[in-house]
Amino acid sequence: MTPVATPCFHCGEPIPRGLAIHARVSGRDEPVCCHGCKAVAEFITGAGLGDYYRYRDTASTRADEPARPDRWSAYDRPELVERLTRAEPNGARSITVLLEGLRCAACSWLADKALSLQSGVLDVSVNPATARARLVWDPDKVRLGDLLRVLEQVGLRPHPLAGEPSEQLALLERRAALKRLAVAGFGNMQVMMFAVPLYFGEASGMDPTIREYMRLVSMLVSIPVALYAGWPFYQGAWHALRARSISMDVPVSLGILLAFVASVWNTLRGHGEIYFDSVTMFVFFLGLGRYVEMIARHRAGSVADALARLAPMTARRVRAGQAEDVQAVELAPGDELLVRTGEVFAADGTVLEGEGRVDESMLTGESTAIAKVPGTGVHQGTHNLGAPLRVRVTAVAGNTVLSGIVALLERAQAERPRIARAADRAAAWFLGRILVGAALVFAIWWYVDPSRAFAATLAVLVVTCPCALSLATPTALAAATAALARRGVLIARTDAVETLARATHLLWDKTGTLTRGLVRVEDVRALADVPSDRALAWAESLEQMSEHPIARAFLAAGEARGPASDVGVHPGRGVEGVVEGRRLRIGTHDFVEELGTGPSPGPSVAADTATDAATPGESWVYLGGEHGLLAAFRLTDPLRPEARDCVRDLAALGLPSEIVSGDESSAVARIAARCGIERRGARLSPADKLQRLKHLQAEGAVVVAIGDGINDAPLLRGADVAVAMGRGSALAQTSADLILVRDSLEVLPATVELARRTQRVIRQNLAWAILYNLAALPLAALGLIPPWLAAIGMSLSSVVVVLNAMRLSRGSKPRPRAEWPGAGQPETA
Amino acid sequence: MSILYVLIPLGLVLVAFGLWAFFWAAGDGQFDDLDSPGWSVLDDDRRPGPDPSPKPDDPA
Repeated sequence: MTPVATPCFHCGEPIPRGLAIHARVSGRDEPVCCHGCKAVAEFITGAGLGDYYRYRDTASTRADEPARPDRWSAYDRPELVERLTRAEPNGARSITVLLEGLRCAACSWLADKALSLQSGVLDVSVNPATARARLVWDPDKVRLGDLLRVLEQVGLRPHPLAGEPSEQLALLERRAALKRLAVAGFGNMQVMMFAVPLYFGEASGMDPTIREYMRLVSMLVSIPVALYAGWPFYQGAWHALRARSISMDVPVSLGILLAFVASVWNTLRGHGEIYFDSVTMFVFFLGLGRYVEMIARHRAGSVADALARLAPMTARRVRAGQAEDVQAVELAPGDELLVRTGEVFAADGTVLEGEGRVDESMLTGESTAIAKVPGTGVHQGTHNLGAPLRVRVTAVAGNTVLSGIVALLERAQAERPRIARAADRAAAWFLGRILVGAALVFAIWWYVDPSRAFAATLAVLVVTCPCALSLATPTALAAATAALARRGVLIARTDAVETLARATHLLWDKTGTLTRGLVRVEDVRALADVPSDRALAWAESLEQMSEHPIARAFLAAGEARGPASDVGVHPGRGVEGVVEGRRLRIGTHDFVEELGTGPSPGPSVAADTATDAATPGESWVYLGGEHGLLAAFRLTDPLRPEARDCVRDLAALGLPSEIVSGDESSAVARIAARCGIERRGARLSPADKLQRLKHLQAEGAVVVAIGDGINDAPLLRGADVAVAMGRGSALAQTSADLILVRDSLEVLPATVELARRTQRVIRQNLAWAILYNLAALPLAALGLIPPWLAAIGMSLSSVVVVLNAMRLSRGSKPRPRAEWPGAGQPETA
Repeated sequence: MSILYVLIPLGLVLVAFGLWAFFWAAGDGQFDDLDSPGWSVLDDDRRPGPDPSPKPDDPA
């Protein structure tokens, strides 16, 4: 791919050479890469929403295929609307939809405005953080199918979510956490305000009544902080103890409760030290860390999203010879379905009629299509590439193979990562020693001087309170997570940052990571006196009946026209048909040339694949008529423009790259050479990839795997750090630790650097905390530190740790080296 | 120093009021989306109409 190729006005991807499609935007002709993008760009500006192109900060998703007109009509049926939506006052209905391709605030603005323009829409709220929109409309004025169609027309594919409770739960969880955080923060500020005069009053002499008064007020303010804001910690600790394990929540709860109860006791009896300042500060900072972690977790997307995107919402049911579009949840075992070419199975079933091929890569990782004959099983979520199939449903919804996999993933996601578990064990060990030590100190002082025993014991407890120690890691990780999120890197599991810093090897699944993962018409070369866009349109007409992967490249690039007539598919060679009165062929060079020179062999109408040009690398496809060749199309899966720099920068950081691909070795070699990667493996099955990964890990390597497809899921799950691309499959994202939201590799080297800086900060923090504790412990045990000084010391050591961590969110903030190609352009419009 | 007996409760009342306001805002969804409302400033008050620039083949 030439780096100087003009970017598409809408999606920013390079425009195939020789192709001149323009979208009429604000009175100007802007170049676009395909008719899908043309339709979207013209629809957006035609609706008066051209500001979208000024506001957005990343390019839009490529509009892949022209919308099928009947896709949304299933949603017009009243019983579906009934089931899918909720009743609102005054006869209105509301629905929540997941918007695929919603990537920035401008996208949500676009969705909002496009829907608000429709009459009958009462309310729209779009949340860019969760990519969800809630719309309320008047069913008497507008139909749901029309609203969903509008969303697809602006390039945001909607997935209606039927009464999804988990999203609502997540929202409530966030709000509750925010409230607890506010209580802890406000309370901490107040208590600190009283703590300062109390500390100084201790030294300079203070009116005892005022002192009592301030201690009482401190207690009053601390009660909601300790009991309400700290509640999740106690809950977590209780769950852990009931499960006979020890989580971080256990020492945290013990620390909070011990200090709090001791302080309350001392306040009520009128003398002795109070530690309300330490308690509230502890709760606030720990809550802050947990909050940031939770936001990252929610953002990373739930498995429910993945399922919503994989499984279709509608299916075509055949009943008494009549086919009707129904919602997938209406299906029951025993129903008969008609699954047409290119459609996704809505349920598991057995083939009744038809012979064809099904793409099961999302389940098995096998990228070649599986032949299906009557009697064989098909699975929900897989793709029918071949002839239409009639299927008898055997399992629906929660019982399908797909939902089994999703349930597995969900469980894996819920499990605490192993590093966090190790940290918990260390903290529990540390706390155990502290408690034993404190008891020992109390016993010795009781023997020496009973009046000082409690003060000294508390000083030991407070001074060694694993505050700084427990803050050292979470604060640094929280700061790093926030800094990365600003650059478009989502951390799904926070311990991934620690592992990334130690990484030694990179494994790339070539397709979709180093390359864009889409076969595209890269170049159109006219071989006769035919305009290139006309040739492309003919090619698309011919390819409309074909199910070959390459045909999809043409469908995306060409202008939507009617299919060719009299079409014959020649397996392994190409397609022949009549377009606009001309007999044309598309396919291999020899096949196309035959039409011009000699009689063609009888077309085999058997709907089977052409197996030849399935290489996702580079290939040429020819178009010709009875008078010879007309045009040649170069098809490639283009390399990402930033891939080479990214590989070089990562190598400079000590991370050598290696390609593990299922592709042909020639295609892999070509990409490897362009990226400067020496080690590569081609024609690897997902199991081979995993074996290569295990081999590296057995040698002690810490491996980062980067993938985008569902067939990469095993590799991603096995890797020490899994990175998924923002536009990759939703299932790949759920097994990823890091997600590159902007679908660009350029942030990857900076991410590794930040991970290493984070690791350094964590080490500094831990070293400081341990040093402080070691120095203070003997002094406290000897009774040389009064508890109030211990509290100041502990607070200060925590502040040092937090400030050190905050350096990560400030500091070097390298701007992305290349802006998105299409983003800045329309400023002049 | 007896003024403290008035000022501190007053301060606590203010804090309680602030917390109440925060709880109300959180429950009302004010913190659910911190990104997109910023864009609404750039938006004209009128509902978006047809593109103002010349566009002969505008279907809208």
